[in-house]
Amino acid sequence: MEKRELTCIGCPLGCNITVSMENGEILDVTGNTCKRGDDYARKEVTNPTRIVTSTVQVSGGVSPTVSCKTRQDIPKDKIFDVAGALKGVCVQAPVAIGDVVCADVAGTGVDMVATKDIAAAG
Amino acid sequence: MKNVDLVIVGGGPAGLAAAISAKENGIDSILIIERDKELGGILNQCIHNGFGLHTFKEELTGPEYAARFIAEAKKLNIEYILNTMVMEIGSDKKITAMNRTEGLFEIQAKAVILAMGCRERSRGALNIPGYRPAGIYSAGTAQRLVNMEGFMPGKEVVILGSGDIGLIMARRMTLEGAKVKVVAELMPYSGGLKRNIVQCLNDFGIPLKLSHTVVDIEGKERVEAVTIAEVGSDRRPVPGTEERYTCDTLLLSCGLIPENELSRGAGVELSRVTSGPVVNESLETNIEGIFACGNVLHVHDLVDYVSEEAKNAGKNAAAYIQKGAGTDQRVITINPTGGVRYSVPCTIRPERMDETLTVRFRVGDVYKNCSIVTYFDEEKISERKRPVMAPGEMEQVILKKADLLERPGLKTVTITVEGA
Repeated sequence: MEKRELTCIGCPLGCNITVSMENGEILDVTGNTCKRGDDYARKEVTNPTRIVTSTVQVSGGVSPTVSCKTRQDIPKDKIFDVAGALKGVCVQAPVAIGDVVCADVAGTGVDMVATKDIAAAG
Repeated sequence: MKNVDLVIVGGGPAGLAAAISAKENGIDSILIIERDKELGGILNQCIHNGFGLHTFKEELTGPEYAARFIAEAKKLNIEYILNTMVMEIGSDKKITAMNRTEGLFEIQAKAVILAMGCRERSRGALNIPGYRPAGIYSAGTAQRLVNMEGFMPGKEVVILGSGDIGLIMARRMTLEGAKVKVVAELMPYSGGLKRNIVQCLNDFGIPLKLSHTVVDIEGKERVEAVTIAEVGSDRRPVPGTEERYTCDTLLLSCGLIPENELSRGAGVELSRVTSGPVVNESLETNIEGIFACGNVLHVHDLVDYVSEEAKNAGKNAAAYIQKGAGTDQRVITINPTGGVRYSVPCTIRPERMDETLTVRFRVGDVYKNCSIVTYFDEEKISERKRPVMAPGEMEQVILKKADLLERPGLKTVTITVEGA
């Protein structure tokens, strides 16, 4: 049997949760003090996901970079692939919030979109 | 000299929300003065998500949160000037400012809202021993360099302090290819939000060493190594616990201080605990017609609360401009005690308050299974169980106008932690 130790992020209490697993099946969740902790732990051990935020370069804009994010959350183990895929990406100004700066980033099926308006320089 | 009804110093989240609210409450002559080249303040460099869960019921990044307020301000035709530094605010609400195109100039305002935000505690203020090489940055400076200017401050990083910006930068530097070796925190608890510890440190296997501090910095031209040591309950380093980390960068995330040089110059009374102005229920300082909101008033944990507070400041400034100060009224003092470090506001004129008033504060330690208890003089008014409270998170008590008006003799509202 495998045991996974987690810290719940549902509230400031930050319960230390232990998830007992066997062959990918969750046997037991202990240490949480509410239902949210149970939900968080089950998702976190089976399919943990994150929104990744970063920046890419801009050419011809009032700023040299534009901030961006994955439009939806992506699997946690793809975080570094996403970060790596943005290396060398350069978009042309003007950029508007929601513009795709990198489509299907790192094969996740999720687009990286701008989170800031960058006007063209001049 | 130009005359403006309401001058707002600072175009970050507080200034923007205050301006929008003042406009919506009938003030047309408004000027926001911003020293940066764009509106939005610190949100522009906070590219991570998690903003706006309370205000917009969705998770936005900092620039997206700012963009919504900027769009609203522009839609309302609120006037603003950029690249302009306010040099002085007089107690007569005369503002001296300067920029490259107009030079030095003065503006006479009827009311002023202070929304200058805060700044980071520096190495000098922390008294860290060792050499003074390049490679020591505040976490916020590093954040601006990486996120807005496209520079990486270093490759191997040690972070002192577990404030939220430090935690966020641990993740950000890691994603950009740096190796973050350790985060050292002087206190036995983190100053940051739990979700940031999990998603910024645990996700990347970055160790957090509580009750540790930096005792030496090596390197003459550039940081070469940093030594950290455990501290005892007296917060002094324990000999023999030193650990040396080779690195080229040290980031400091050791607290934020409201930026109140201008307020002080205007004669605004400041709190020793928050370093921000002492304000009444209208968020008005001791100088009539000068209001304060956002991180210049007290450092907030969530921007949503800044927006909410600033909205009130804008509304109250509008009322002051339209109706004047009014006659003297009964003043009730709020007394934060027993673990409650401070309160905003500090005093209440019950006739002036809205139907409810949110009093915000922070506690001085980690408390488990305690209660926040409110007394009207000796009478216990409310008790709220809190499974956990920590200095990193703001707490609040909501007071009802009707309750205060019912008690004409009431002098002091006491807010305290009980059950510790």
